[in-house]
Amino acid sequence: MLHMLAEQDPGELVEGLTAVGRGIVYGGAAIGPGIGIGLVVGNAITAMARQPEAAGMVRTTMFLGIAFTEALALFGFVLAFIISG
Amino acid sequence: MILGLEFPPISHVVEWPTLFGGGAFGVNKVILLMWISVGLVCALFFVAGRKRALVPTGAQNVAESTVEFVQDQIVLQTMGPEGLGYTPFLLTLFTFVLTCNIWGLIPGVQMPVNARIALPVFMALVVYVIYHAAGLRHQGPIKYFKSIMFLPGVPWPMYFLLTPIELVTKFITQPLSLAVRLFANMLAGHLLLVSFAVITQALVESTIIGGALPLALLIFLSAFELLVAFLQAYIFTILAAVYIADAMHPEH
Repeated sequence: MLHMLAEQDPGELVEGLTAVGRGIVYGGAAIGPGIGIGLVVGNAITAMARQPEAAGMVRTTMFLGIAFTEALALFGFVLAFIISG
Repeated sequence: MILGLEFPPISHVVEWPTLFGGGAFGVNKVILLMWISVGLVCALFFVAGRKRALVPTGAQNVAESTVEFVQDQIVLQTMGPEGLGYTPFLLTLFTFVLTCNIWGLIPGVQMPVNARIALPVFMALVVYVIYHAAGLRHQGPIKYFKSIMFLPGVPWPMYFLLTPIELVTKFITQPLSLAVRLFANMLAGHLLLVSFAVITQALVESTIIGGALPLALLIFLSAFELLVAFLQAYIFTILAAVYIADAMHPEH
């Protein structure tokens, strides 16, 4: 294994590891917001089903909650592009 | 190169050559589209406002329903009746962001202006200045900074933790996330469409029938991006309204 790595062009290794790092950064950043958005929307649907007359207000607040939660995933997305080998 | 597909590098997807002018004032496709958006938004409201018919038709219809949407769904929901003075500003934001986003879906153009970070950053800075100005005007400087730094109804040792968090939130995180949210959403959508277009082209070139599924997905994703373009304009505007409302009335 080490013998193989030693023969390789170091630039290629850095490039490959950068690509892996980008994947990990975005994948990791998407876990939390994925769960979070699920919770937000699920609870909003419960609220709307229980009280249909409040649906308008719930929807507005739901979008706000989604926007705040989603921001974390998007930071990860931008960070994945900023990382360079 | 992935599975024999040649994906264009990211710089080829969002960077455009300068058409005319040079240096910092060079005009490329993105700038040109931004100017066209400004023209379109101005034209819509000028045409709609010139002849005010009792029963609206055409441009007036579009303009009136947009104004109504911003007023009922954004201003009244977040700021209440006293926020109505901010309707023109929020309406301008909404229509301009929406027009800029829609460019990503027009065939032959296909570049959302907000997929470059310059415009979102500028608009976030405008919102930043306006919500702090609203806070200073409605509460006065001392009360405003006191309301930011010391949340009511919290035991005093908590202020060591909460005051720095609140300061960073109001002065750094809020405008930053406002700009990055719009930018990253539009860039992600643009890249998604580019990837599927590349896949479709490669599969159509190799086997005509094989391209059917990615083509159908591409059309579906375009419709999805239309929703995202609208949703991001809505979220940008509603967050601006929430920040202004927060600065005007801190107690919540």
